[in-house]
Amino acid sequence: MKTKSKMNGHTILLLITIGLFIVLYAGGCIAYSSRGFSHLQTFLNILITNSGLICVTCGLTVVMLTAGIDISVGALIAMDCMILAVGMRSGHNAIVMILIVLVIGIAFGMFQGFLVGYLEIQPFIVTMAGMFFCRGMTAVICTEQVSITEKTSKLFYDWANAKINIPFGGYLNNKGKYMVPYIRPSVVIALLLLLFTYLMLKYTKLGRAFYAIGGNAVSAAMMGLNVKKVKMVAYMLSSIFCSIGAICYALNTMAGSVSQATGLEMDAISSAVIGGTLLTGGVGNVIGSFFGVLINGTISSIVKTNGKLASSWPNILTAALLFVFIVIQSVFAMMRNRKK
Amino acid sequence: MNNKSVLTRIKNWNLLLPVVSLLLVMAVNIIHDAAIGANPLSFFMITLRQTTGNGTILYGRIIDILNRGSEVAILAIGMTLVVSSSAGTDISVGSVMSLCASFCCMLLAGYGVSSTTTLAVPLIVGILGGIFIGVLCGMFNGTLVAYFHIQPMVATLILFSAARAIGLLLCNDLIVYVRNEAFGFFGGYIGVIPTAFVIAALCIIVTSLFLKKTAMGMYIQSVGINPKASRIAGLNSKRMIFMTYTVCGLFAGIAGIVAASRITSADSNNIGLYFEMDAILSVALGGNSLGGGKFSLAGSIIGAYTIQAITTTLYALGVSSTQAPVFKAIIVILIVAIQAPPLRAFFKRRSAAKQVKGAAV
Repeated sequence: MKTKSKMNGHTILLLITIGLFIVLYAGGCIAYSSRGFSHLQTFLNILITNSGLICVTCGLTVVMLTAGIDISVGALIAMDCMILAVGMRSGHNAIVMILIVLVIGIAFGMFQGFLVGYLEIQPFIVTMAGMFFCRGMTAVICTEQVSITEKTSKLFYDWANAKINIPFGGYLNNKGKYMVPYIRPSVVIALLLLLFTYLMLKYTKLGRAFYAIGGNAVSAAMMGLNVKKVKMVAYMLSSIFCSIGAICYALNTMAGSVSQATGLEMDAISSAVIGGTLLTGGVGNVIGSFFGVLINGTISSIVKTNGKLASSWPNILTAALLFVFIVIQSVFAMMRNRKK
Repeated sequence: MNNKSVLTRIKNWNLLLPVVSLLLVMAVNIIHDAAIGANPLSFFMITLRQTTGNGTILYGRIIDILNRGSEVAILAIGMTLVVSSSAGTDISVGSVMSLCASFCCMLLAGYGVSSTTTLAVPLIVGILGGIFIGVLCGMFNGTLVAYFHIQPMVATLILFSAARAIGLLLCNDLIVYVRNEAFGFFGGYIGVIPTAFVIAALCIIVTSLFLKKTAMGMYIQSVGINPKASRIAGLNSKRMIFMTYTVCGLFAGIAGIVAASRITSADSNNIGLYFEMDAILSVALGGNSLGGGKFSLAGSIIGAYTIQAITTTLYALGVSSTQAPVFKAIIVILIVAIQAPPLRAFFKRRSAAKQVKGAAV
C-alpha cells in the first residue's frame, strides 16, 4: 500500500523529467562529442548561464504551489540589474547595492502579496501590473544600457570573474593544455538557494502550509492556517528569490538594460511545469523545477553547439515539451478522476 | 428621492468604470492643453489634412486614437468571449498576431524573399492564409482548454512562446517587406477614414449582432458562470469554450494582418508585442470580471480605446514609450483594487452601518 501511494502519477512525471534530461544530454554528447559537448564543462556552463533562472524558478515554484502565478519576475530582474549597475556607476559599494536590491525585492513582494492575499485580486493581474511597473521603472532609472566594469566596482568585478575549480573532469584541449573545469560563484548561490527551498518545503511548517493552501484553500483555512498571510509570504519569497537571481544574472551579464531578461518569466514557468509543478497548486517540488531548468538549458546548449539551427528553435522545442508535459499531466488527472 | 434613484442607476450602470476612465483621460488632456497655453479643446479637434502618401485624410488626436487602438479593440472582442466562457485569459494573442502577419507576408512575398513590391500570390490568398493560421492557433488553444481541462494560461503559454518563434522561422529570421499598395490598404485609409478603424467597427458590429440575434451570448455567459449546470441544462460547455478560443484566434489573425499592413512588413519580433496584456487590460477596464460569466462587449471596446487614449496622452505629456508602462501598472492596480471583493464588502458594511445609525437617530 505504501509503495503504491508513493508511486503516484507525480512521481512518475518527475522520473520522466529526469529521464528526459538524461536522454537529451546523452544525445547531445553522442551527436556533438567532436565539438566538446561531452566535457564536464558543458554541463557546468549550463549551470552558470542558468543560475539566475534557477533562483527565479525556486521562488516561482513556491508561488505555483499556492495555486498562484508570478509573471513579474523577468521585469523585476531587469529593474534590479539596472539598480545594481546604476548604483555602482555612481560609486556606491557593491554590498550596499546588493542589500538595497534585496530590500526592494522584499518590499515589492510584500505589496504584491498583500494585493493577492488580502485584497483577493487575481495573481495574474497583480503580477502583470508588477511586470509593467518594473519594466517601466527600469526605463525611468535609465534608458540606456549601463555596464558594470572593473572601474565602477572592483569587488563585483572580482566576484563575477572568480572561478571555483572542480578537482575532476578536466580534459586536454586542442593545444594540449589541461583545462580545469570551473563554476562561478553565482552557481553556488543558486544551488544553495535550491537546497534551502527544498528543505523549507519539505521540513518546515511554512513549507507544508504552501502545499495545504494550494491543495484546498478552504480546508486549509478550516485547519487553522492563516491563508492570507501564507499567500503573502509566498509572493514575498518569490520576489526575494528573484532579487537573489538578479544578482546572479548581473554577475553573468555585468550590465543593466531595459530589455534584459524579457520572457524570463515564461522560461521559469515552463521549467516549473516541465518539472511537474501543477498550476492548479498543491503539487510539485523544486527538484523537478531544477531539472526543468536543466532541460531548457540543454536544449539551447545543443542548438548553440550545432550552430546552423535558427535561433528560434529553443523556443519552439521548449514549447513543444511544455505541450507534451501538460497533456500528460492532464491525462493523469483525468485517469485519477475516473478512478474516483 | 428621484435624485437618489438616478444616482443609484448611475452607480449600477455596467459601463460606469470604462466611461469614467475615458472621461478622466480627456480631462487630463484638456487641463494639459490649457496649461501649456494651447487651445483647451485641441484634443477634440478633427481637421482635414493633405498628406503625401494617403491623399486627404482626417487628422486629429481622436482619429489617431481610433486608428492606433483598433488592433487592441479587435483583440479585445475575442478576449472578452474567452474570459467570459472559461474564466481564463488567452495570453497567446500577441504572438499569434505576429505569426499570422509573418505567414501572410511569407505567402505574399514567397519563402526566403526579404523585400518585394510584386505579390507572389493573389492578395486574398495571403490574407485568408494569415487569418486561417489564426483560427488554427485558436483551435489548438481551445482543444487544450476545453477537452484537456488545462488551465487557460498554461495552455496558451505554449503558443505564447512558440508562435512568434515559428513566425521567425517562416520568415527565415528576416523582416519581410511587402511594399505593395494593395497590401498597405488595411493599415491605410478608406477615403478619409482609417481602414483599421473600419475593420474594427465591422468586427464589433458582426460579433454583437451574432451575440444579440442568436442565443450565443447568453450561452457563453452561462457556461462561464457554471459549466456543470450549463451542461446539465443541455449546453455543450466544452464546444462552447472551444468556440470562443477559435473566435479569439480569428480576431488575432485579423489584428495581425492589420498590424502588418500598417508597416507593410512582417516584423516578427515586434508585431503584437505586449498586445495580450493590453487586450486583457481592456477587458478588465471594461468592467468585466476576469473570473468569467457576465460580460459587456461595449465595455471592453471602450476599454481598449481608453488604453490607447492613455498611451497617446502619456506621449503627449512627454513620457517615453519605455516608461509608459509604469503608469499603466498604477492604473491597473487602482482599477482592480476598487473592484476587489474585500474592499467592496468593507464599503458595504460601512454604508450599512451608516444607515443603521441614521435609522436610530
